[in-house]
Amino acid sequence: MKFVFDEFKEGLRIAFTAIRANLMRSILTMLGIIIGIVSVTLMGTAIEGLNRAFNKSIAAIGADVLYIQKWPWGGGDDWWKIRNRKDILITQAKAIEKQANTVRAMTPIAGARRNVKYGGKVVESITVIGTNAELTETTGSNIAFGRYFSAIEADGGRPVTAIGSEVAVNLFPNETPLGKTIKIGGYGYKIVGVFEKQGSLLGMESLDNRAYVPINRFFKEFMNQRRGIQIWTRAKSLTELDETKEEVRGIMRKVRHLKPKEEDDFAINQQEILVQTFNQIGGVIAAVGLFITGLSLFVGGIGIMNIMFVSVTERTREIGIRKAIGAPRRTILLQFLMESAALCLIGGIIGIIIAFPLSLIIDTVLPTAMPVSVVGIALLVSIFVGVVSGFLPAYRASRMDPVDALRYE
Amino acid sequence: MSTIIQLTNITKIYQVGEEQVHALDGASLTIQRNEYVAIMGPSGSGKSTMMNIIGCLDTPTTGLYELNSTNVSEMNDNQLAKVRNKEIGFVFQTFNLLARSDVLHNVELPLIYGGVTSAERKKLARAAIDRVGLTDRIHHKPNELSGGQRQRVAVARALVTHPSILLADEPTGNLDTKTGEEIMQLFDTLQKEGNTIILVTHEEDIAAHAHRRVRLRDGKIERDELDKDRKVITKPAMVRV
Repeated sequence: MKFVFDEFKEGLRIAFTAIRANLMRSILTMLGIIIGIVSVTLMGTAIEGLNRAFNKSIAAIGADVLYIQKWPWGGGDDWWKIRNRKDILITQAKAIEKQANTVRAMTPIAGARRNVKYGGKVVESITVIGTNAELTETTGSNIAFGRYFSAIEADGGRPVTAIGSEVAVNLFPNETPLGKTIKIGGYGYKIVGVFEKQGSLLGMESLDNRAYVPINRFFKEFMNQRRGIQIWTRAKSLTELDETKEEVRGIMRKVRHLKPKEEDDFAINQQEILVQTFNQIGGVIAAVGLFITGLSLFVGGIGIMNIMFVSVTERTREIGIRKAIGAPRRTILLQFLMESAALCLIGGIIGIIIAFPLSLIIDTVLPTAMPVSVVGIALLVSIFVGVVSGFLPAYRASRMDPVDALRYE
Repeated sequence: MSTIIQLTNITKIYQVGEEQVHALDGASLTIQRNEYVAIMGPSGSGKSTMMNIIGCLDTPTTGLYELNSTNVSEMNDNQLAKVRNKEIGFVFQTFNLLARSDVLHNVELPLIYGGVTSAERKKLARAAIDRVGLTDRIHHKPNELSGGQRQRVAVARALVTHPSILLADEPTGNLDTKTGEEIMQLFDTLQKEGNTIILVTHEEDIAAHAHRRVRLRDGKIERDELDKDRKVITKPAMVRV
């Protein structure tokens, strides 16, 4: 064991002496590995960032919430068929509310776009959502100031509203919005609460540019109640999500008068569908991205192999001397493998040092930081590249005939 | 007095293009412990091939080579490397030191491959360097040394493992006459101290230091001359004409 360690130490010593002796050449060769590691690391960081951004964004959807809608999220079915489905109506929401046992909270969701006004200020075309008092319970969203409207206010269709943080900031830059009456689409609503900032859903629509009003009033002022809505239901527990789904599905089929063999004419969407879709697309992006950046690492590896062949040829005489005084093949092989691995490892470390500040630039676009796993993998990969690309030259060195090697000029 | 090298009917055939070259053609030679032998011959006589085979750098095509009663003629590369490490100390015409390593490390190198511990290595290497009188140059690189000093480092490296034979290939070939003579005196002393020395040379005055001269021609041993006044050899060497 001690012997192997000494041999290893000697190998390292030779490696670093050789790298130092041909510093310029070593640096130029390393450049290939550096560029490869920088691009692979940044790609890894970007993919990680994309994942994080998605997960953060999707959290608002809630893993235990079922979204009963006309349109399925995954898409795929015949567009016209779905287009011609009967709308989901408030009466169906009421049926679920009455009959479902595995549902923790449910809320009908009706949406419309309206301008909101306060004093001289106008915010154009925000999403007004008609819903019930269980919205916060269903979506798990929180009120930052004030309160959400109560069941009594909701059922009575009182002119009260809870607004998103963006609307609050835009209409009330210098004062508290609580208790103020704003005009939504020309109708007066008293603000009872302001939601916490929620960000945007998959970078599309801001969840903060909204106003929530009792659905009973919404049907009077913004939309006919015979038009389509969505129903959001939250399961009692995540583990029983499938049971909840089946129960809700049964109720929906019944109230929509579907015959046993007819397929569902509604969709029950859930976070998992988005996760699956994202994982599919994200997986392809990651594979293609890593493959393309991996090519640069591959080219770097070829550079290392090339220079190691040069190094072996240059040092034929030295190999001859070492063999003459008793170095076995294994030792010579190890020596050159360590040299190329050291070359690549140094390149990898420099690559990571360069990639780190660059990853901070990515961070301004995607919420990310270079994960430790990427750093670790990058270092392992660079050693691996070194060993693989150094193997052929090292093998050639180890097989040299000592007589020929000693005679080499 | 014991036999250290026993070569029996050694042939070495090289394939050069279409032609087969018999570098050694049935050579037999016995060398005893503590002998001082010069292997001589013009170029093409097979003396380099003989040296390579004796030095275990190469194996014969046919024939038997026993070194210290061990058959080494059919060993593989790694076994030969081990034998070279333990049994043979090489001194080359061109010194063959590692240019980027200092004297100490150069001398230590065979011990690293021999698996000797670091402390023991340093001790043995310093002793060998001391033996050739270079203690004050221990941390110098080869390019900071004169030719004679470099060859002394090579001798120290050859001695450090206490090998069975010292094998010197034209050790004075790259040295001026005076320095060459100093190196030869070092070999003379080493032989008196009990080492077995084999010189490969084509220079008569270098070979004159040896007590026995084996002359090769066309791959065969032409003459085997023994100095009468040197009482080294107990049994007469085989003479082939």
